[in-house]
Amino acid sequence: MQGFLDIFDVYLLEAVINGILFGGVLALLALGLNLIFGVIDVTWICYAELVMIGMYGMYYLVSVYHVPYWMAAPMCILLVAGFGALLHILVIQPLLSAPPINQLLATGGVLFFLQSLATVTFGIDFRNLGIQLPVLQFAEMNFSYARLLSFAAALVGMIAVYVFMKRTYTGIAIRAIAQDRQIMALMGVDTKRIYLITSALGGALAGLAACLLVLQYDVHPFVGLSFGPITFLICVLGGLGNFVGGFVASFVFAEIISLGGLFSDLEWGYVLAFGFFILMMFVRPGGLLARRQ
Amino acid sequence: MQVTLRQLAPWIAGAALIALPFVHRDPYHLHIFVLILIWSFAYTSWSMMGRFGLVSLGHGGFMGVGAYVTALLWNHLGLSPWFGIPISLVCAGFLAVIVGYPCFRFRITGHYFVLVTLALSGIVLQVITASRDWTGGSLGFSPNRIKGNSIAVLQFEDKTTWYLIALGVWAVGLLIWRHVDRSMDRYALEAISEDEDAAAAAGVNVTWEKLKITVLSALMTAFAGALYTQYQMFITPDTVSGIAISLQMVFAVIVGGVYVALGPTVGAIITILLAEFLRIGFGTKAVGWDNLIYGVLLVLFIIFLPKGILGSAIEKFRARRPSG
Repeated sequence: MQGFLDIFDVYLLEAVINGILFGGVLALLALGLNLIFGVIDVTWICYAELVMIGMYGMYYLVSVYHVPYWMAAPMCILLVAGFGALLHILVIQPLLSAPPINQLLATGGVLFFLQSLATVTFGIDFRNLGIQLPVLQFAEMNFSYARLLSFAAALVGMIAVYVFMKRTYTGIAIRAIAQDRQIMALMGVDTKRIYLITSALGGALAGLAACLLVLQYDVHPFVGLSFGPITFLICVLGGLGNFVGGFVASFVFAEIISLGGLFSDLEWGYVLAFGFFILMMFVRPGGLLARRQ
Repeated sequence: MQVTLRQLAPWIAGAALIALPFVHRDPYHLHIFVLILIWSFAYTSWSMMGRFGLVSLGHGGFMGVGAYVTALLWNHLGLSPWFGIPISLVCAGFLAVIVGYPCFRFRITGHYFVLVTLALSGIVLQVITASRDWTGGSLGFSPNRIKGNSIAVLQFEDKTTWYLIALGVWAVGLLIWRHVDRSMDRYALEAISEDEDAAAAAGVNVTWEKLKITVLSALMTAFAGALYTQYQMFITPDTVSGIAISLQMVFAVIVGGVYVALGPTVGAIITILLAEFLRIGFGTKAVGWDNLIYGVLLVLFIIFLPKGILGSAIEKFRARRPSG
């Protein structure tokens, strides 16, 4: 009995720690989505599809053109940042004065477009980088280096965004616009430019997430669907546009998925997370960290 | 005379549609008609909510529930669709209440509502895929076939019967649309979509009104899913549920026109004909191209023609003849 408990606890601890590692990448995605929502008041339904494009970019750079991973990653981040800016110019900008729901549905069209573009161009095969990172063994627990690396890189990425937002003029302007969209234009801030920079930044975060996810998952045109919905749940649970809330919610969700996956299939972990989400909507409809009104 | 002709028009059109399969017997064309009618019904049920600003991306979920619950009950318990469909409708309605009530009670609107419902259709897809021992997972699922035609288990081999069934269901969908259009609920819901607080202050029970239309819409969508299953006799998680189906509904309705009764039908005709045209013209090379075109068109329509083809056409027609 004692022996059984020991093993069980090790597995549990492993799942908990893996959940935290997974949460890092989710937090990165949630941050990008929250940033765009907070500043431009738009939800990119196709956010996970940008990640998919980034993952394909990484695959082609690393596996086909044999660019070393460390050089491919910045290129890929720039690529997706460019996609983010392009998305803003082509789709969001013409719709800025339309009802917000129209902008959201238009990005839904982009989701369709990107998925089928990937299907048409790359086919529906599953592809992976073929990089096998070693597994770290520690106190009878196994952690893949891919996950540890992802967590660390996600953390660094988030700290970089934090510093950017706190220390630079542009960052301060972004935060100011998030607080009051109308007044900042009167204060002499070029809103158009700030929107564009924010979109590129959101894209860059998706690109970073793509570089990290490609180490752990195969790429296929519908890969966005496996973590897109969960990212949206996280953002709503944390409160749309609430950076800290999104951060906390990412780890809550990652833990639920990881622990749910420990006892059953990974898919049921997602279902459990959704059940928890519905429950939380009754308890805290404004988001986890919402101020009481 | 003008008035009587307008009153007669639906009856003439109805009679022509009923007579069609007896005149034109080409099975391929009938198959396309049946698909258009079933999807028109599904799109109409989406627009019941969509026209009041309740944009849901969870309808793929409701459709999946309708399709899979009916088919699973038939295969695993031998329960006829006559019982399976009502049970699947109850399940979809329950799901709509579970998700809708907290959303409406706690004023989760706009972006939030879309994202919550989006997650719903994602989760239904996950559940169907995860319970692969029962549902066959992503490989799809076929209801057991019996030989010949049978009303008792709703399986028919000839297209004419299916065409008439689908036509009837589609017509009922339009009648429901008209009923809602003429009810007090419509004014209440329009007031809610303009300003929730003002509507509540004016004595509208916001939560109850929204919940009613959501459940109605979910039930109709689930019914469309069940009907689709019985007709096609093969379903996969991706053809009846998930985010792609939800977006397909949004796309078709926006192309056709969300504020007019026949808008979703026009959307269904355009999308299905486009897909068939590509499939016949380009064969297997066309895989993915239809969605590619849908995606681009969806963006273009939202930017340039947000009222849809039929909606804009009617508006132009009315503007030219203000008296009509």
